[in-house]
Amino acid sequence: MTEVSVVKDAVPAADDLVVLKSVNKHFGALHVLQDIDLTITRGEVVVVIGPSGSGKSTLCRTINRLESIDSGDILIDGKPLPAEGKALARLRADVGMVFQSFNLFAHKTVLENVMLGQLKVRKADKKQAEEKARNLLDRVGVGTQADKYPAQLSGGQQQRVAIARALAMDPKVMLFDEPTSALDPEMINEVLEVMQQLARDGMTMVVVTHEMGFARSAANRVVFMADGRIVEEAVPDQFFSNPRSDRAKDFLSKILHH
Amino acid sequence: MFDFLSNYDDPSLLGAFWMTVKLTVFSAVGSLVWGTMLAAMRVSPVPLMRGFGTAYVNLVRNIPLTVIIVFTSLGLADIFGMTMGAPDDFKVQNFRLAVLGFVAYTAAFVCEAIRSGINTVPVGQAEAARAIGLSFGQVLRLIVLPQAFRAVIGPLANVLIALTKNTTVAAAIGVAEAAYLMKEMIENEAQTLLIGAVFAFGFVVLTLPTGLFLGWLSKRLAVKR
Repeated sequence: MTEVSVVKDAVPAADDLVVLKSVNKHFGALHVLQDIDLTITRGEVVVVIGPSGSGKSTLCRTINRLESIDSGDILIDGKPLPAEGKALARLRADVGMVFQSFNLFAHKTVLENVMLGQLKVRKADKKQAEEKARNLLDRVGVGTQADKYPAQLSGGQQQRVAIARALAMDPKVMLFDEPTSALDPEMINEVLEVMQQLARDGMTMVVVTHEMGFARSAANRVVFMADGRIVEEAVPDQFFSNPRSDRAKDFLSKILHH
Repeated sequence: MFDFLSNYDDPSLLGAFWMTVKLTVFSAVGSLVWGTMLAAMRVSPVPLMRGFGTAYVNLVRNIPLTVIIVFTSLGLADIFGMTMGAPDDFKVQNFRLAVLGFVAYTAAFVCEAIRSGINTVPVGQAEAARAIGLSFGQVLRLIVLPQAFRAVIGPLANVLIALTKNTTVAAAIGVAEAAYLMKEMIENEAQTLLIGAVFAFGFVVLTLPTGLFLGWLSKRLAVKR
C-alpha cells in the first residue's frame, strides 16, 4: 500500500495469493457454492459478477471465513485458512474487507474507526496509528471528517472511511462485497475512484459488484458466477464483447442496454 | 410532629438511609460486573458457558429475594461457615452477605437487560470487527458491549431502582438500613402513617434523581445509526 507501485498492466508475478480448491457450501438445502476453484495471484484485480443469489457474496465472505465452508481448501499466501481462534484473527487482519452496508463502528469517530485495528491488533504506537489514519483518510478524501461520527457522513464518505479502515491493517488482499450497492447513484463514483486508484497501486483485490464500468476498466479478470458455480472466467474485454457461455450472454443482455 | 425521630441514633434516620445507599452502590457495581459476565457467557460460542449462563439466570431470577438473602445468612454463614472476612463483626459480616445476595440476584436481571442490548447491535458491527482481526473477547469488549450498554441504560435504570428498594430485604438478616429502622419505629411509636410517609419520601429522594439522571444519560449516549 505504501511504496509498492506496480502498473496495472504489468504481468503480475506468478505467485498465488488466494487459492480456492473445490470449495463447497450449503445453506440448508441450497448448494450455494459448488466445487469452486479460483486462484488469485498477487497484484491481480478480480471482479466477480453474476445474478443475485449466484453465490458471489458468499464466495467473497468465505475468503476471510466470515462464512465457513463445508468442504474444500482455501489458502491465503500459501497457508491454509485456520478454522478459528487466534490464528484466524491474525489471518483476517491480513485480509481487508469492505461491506455493502459499510459497518463502521457506530460509537466511534471516523478517526477512531481507522485507528482501532492498528492499536488493538497490530499493537501500534498511538501517535503513529493516528498519523497513518489521518494520511489514509486524506488519501480517500475524507480527512476533514476525521472527528465526526459515522452517522454524520454520507454513504459515499462512510464507504471511503471503511476502505481506509481496511487499508490501515496493511492487508495483503482486499475483499469488496458489493461496495457501491447501498449508495445513491451520485456517490458511487467517489467510491469507485478510490478503488480504481487502489487497483492502479497494485493492491490485490476481489470485488463483487454490479458496476460493469469498473469491471471493464479496473479488472484483470472477470469471474462470472451463476447458481453457485463459476461459469466463465475471462479478461474484461473478451468477457464483455464476446462471452462464451449462454448464461453470461443472457446476463449481459439484461444489464447492458446500449 | 417529627420529634420522635431524634429518639433514634443506632441507627439514626440518616444513618439508616446511608446504609441503604451503601448496600445499593456496592450491589449495583457488583451486579453490573457479574451481570455483564453472565451476558458474555450467554452469547459466547462455547456451549458449556452458554448453558451455565442460561441455567443461572433462569434459576436465580425465579427465587424470591427474601429466600436468597436469608440463605446467605442461615446457609452460607451458619452452615457453610462463610464469614466474608469478618468472623467476629456480625454487622460487617451481615452487610457483606447481603451485598453478595443482592449481587447474585440482581445480576440475573442485569444480564437479561444487556443481552437485549446486544441484540440491538447490527450483526455487521461484529462482522466488521472480526474482519480487522479482533478476537471474540475484543469484539465483545470494544464494539458490541459499548453499543449494547448505551441501548439499555433505560432498562438498567429500572433494575437499579428495583435494587434500591429491594435492599429493604436486608433487614431480614439484621442489616441496619432504612426498613430495619422503620420496623423499629413502628413498634415503638404511634404515628404509623407519618413513619410510612417519611420512609417512602426517603426512597423517592434516592430513586427519582437516579431515574431522571439515567434517562438523560441514555438520550445523550444513544448511538446514532
